[in-house]
Amino acid sequence: MHGLINKALESFLTDTFGQPAWHGVLRRAGLWEQIGTDGFDSLHVYPDEMTTRLVSAAEAALGRPGESLLEDLGTYLVSHERTARLRRLLRFGGSSYTEFLQSLPDLQGRARLAVPALDLPAFTLDEFGPGRFRLTCRGCAPGSGHVLLGLLRAMADDYGALVVLEHRGRLGEGETPAPAVPVAAPLPGGEWLTIELHDPAFHRGRSFDLGGLGAMA
Amino acid sequence: MSEGQEGGDLVCNRAALGRLMPLFVRLDREGVVVDAGPTLRKLAGPAALGRRLSEVFVLIHPRSFARARDLIQPAPLRLTLRGPAPTGFKGTAVPLEGGGGVLLNLSFSYGLREAVREHALSDTDFAATDLAFELLFLAEANAAVMAEARKFAERLRGARAQALEQALTDPLTGLRNRRGLDRAMARLRSSGTGFGLIHVDLDHFKRINDSLGHAEGDRVLVSVAVRLRAAVRDDDGVARIGGDEFVVLLPGVRDPARAAAVAERILVSLAGSTAAEEGADPGPRISASFGIVIWDGEPGVTADQILLAADQALYRSKDAGRGQISFVAGQAAEGQEAS
Repeated sequence: MHGLINKALESFLTDTFGQPAWHGVLRRAGLWEQIGTDGFDSLHVYPDEMTTRLVSAAEAALGRPGESLLEDLGTYLVSHERTARLRRLLRFGGSSYTEFLQSLPDLQGRARLAVPALDLPAFTLDEFGPGRFRLTCRGCAPGSGHVLLGLLRAMADDYGALVVLEHRGRLGEGETPAPAVPVAAPLPGGEWLTIELHDPAFHRGRSFDLGGLGAMA
Repeated sequence: MSEGQEGGDLVCNRAALGRLMPLFVRLDREGVVVDAGPTLRKLAGPAALGRRLSEVFVLIHPRSFARARDLIQPAPLRLTLRGPAPTGFKGTAVPLEGGGGVLLNLSFSYGLREAVREHALSDTDFAATDLAFELLFLAEANAAVMAEARKFAERLRGARAQALEQALTDPLTGLRNRRGLDRAMARLRSSGTGFGLIHVDLDHFKRINDSLGHAEGDRVLVSVAVRLRAAVRDDDGVARIGGDEFVVLLPGVRDPARAAAVAERILVSLAGSTAAEEGADPGPRISASFGIVIWDGEPGVTADQILLAADQALYRSKDAGRGQISFVAGQAAEGQEAS
């Protein structure tokens, strides 16, 4: 898993539960010696199982179910000031929440352009009528769907949209949720969500200036 | 091109259109490709003309359409070129006068670099107004900067690891120092792994230093370190915690008899020659006193308490005349005496 992902987990747990709690999670995951007070290196690529261990350790150390923690991570990535740049990159997806959703399939390719070693999952968005979407992520680490749920919810808030989101579960290899949509090649396993957009302009949302942060950049 | 009335519509010939939009596609009412810009013709091949759009491209958004006019929508079109190198495109469709035809303009998206490589595109394949080149430049510059940043981060990690090693190592013997011993003990204690600990103190070492000089004294210490290392397993720890004081850490060893066996082995080894080379003067003989403590994994005992206990056992060895092995009170194995 790319260091950026582990660093995101580190920031989220530190900012939400405090540094002593984060250190406790590291110790429990057996990563204290290796990661310690310096934390993760955003440019380094770490073994995937390290992230899995980290999430399990956080679950145990903080007494919160992993799914709930991951969902909160997703929300944090959009709404916390520390991750303001990431929120901006996501807002590039479109000027409305619908356009943002439609840009999600591009996210993997765009991210790769900027950070070639960063392997985001492949997203597919299917529409089943006005405001009714199904988002599928493939080749994603277990739990990605929950991070996505929190992230999409926070982005809806950012755009001022009123949505109902639901995590619908895991998919095995080759499995496609009904209603099926023709696909060209066998698909790896993943997770899927449904999104019902009830009102794209329910409130004003947060302002976003395409030109950038200005002095902050 | 020719102008209509002011505010009227333009008429534009296909060559001019191709210059402005090298990736244009002209569809008839049914969605058959009737014309395309030069770069698109290069990518899709001449056979693309006369075929349906859905035969030339895989449609992502929308997945299908009945009539060409259905492609006219607010959201960008997304399509992928069919073929061995599936290049992704974004597109916008506008209506053409009379006949229900549609004009599409396509652009590469994030797959631009791959497309340029796959199809050997050059500057003549892009409109001068296209930002493609800025994107390519930025992507390459970004890659260069990232490579530098990654190299720097790796160097930093290496330097940090090296600094940590040095902080835990005794420079003369290469054994762990007191800090290194503390860390090793902390690791074992936090995992609840019991261990045996042998405090080794060289007898009359000051005499060696005083009579033969410090250089010789140092050589003896290095020789001792080598023998200690040779007497234990790979996973066992050996530390130099004082001028002539050493600690041997035996993870998992909770039987005093086993610890005693290690101590005996060391005692014998030290008594051997410390000569610099074979046939030379055998050099000073080393005698050492040992204090052994076993920690069985019970919580509530601090590292300092463990070392203190070993220290006390060591004192008994010194008191009893040196060159001996002593245990912490109550830990001696059956039949094992502080002899």
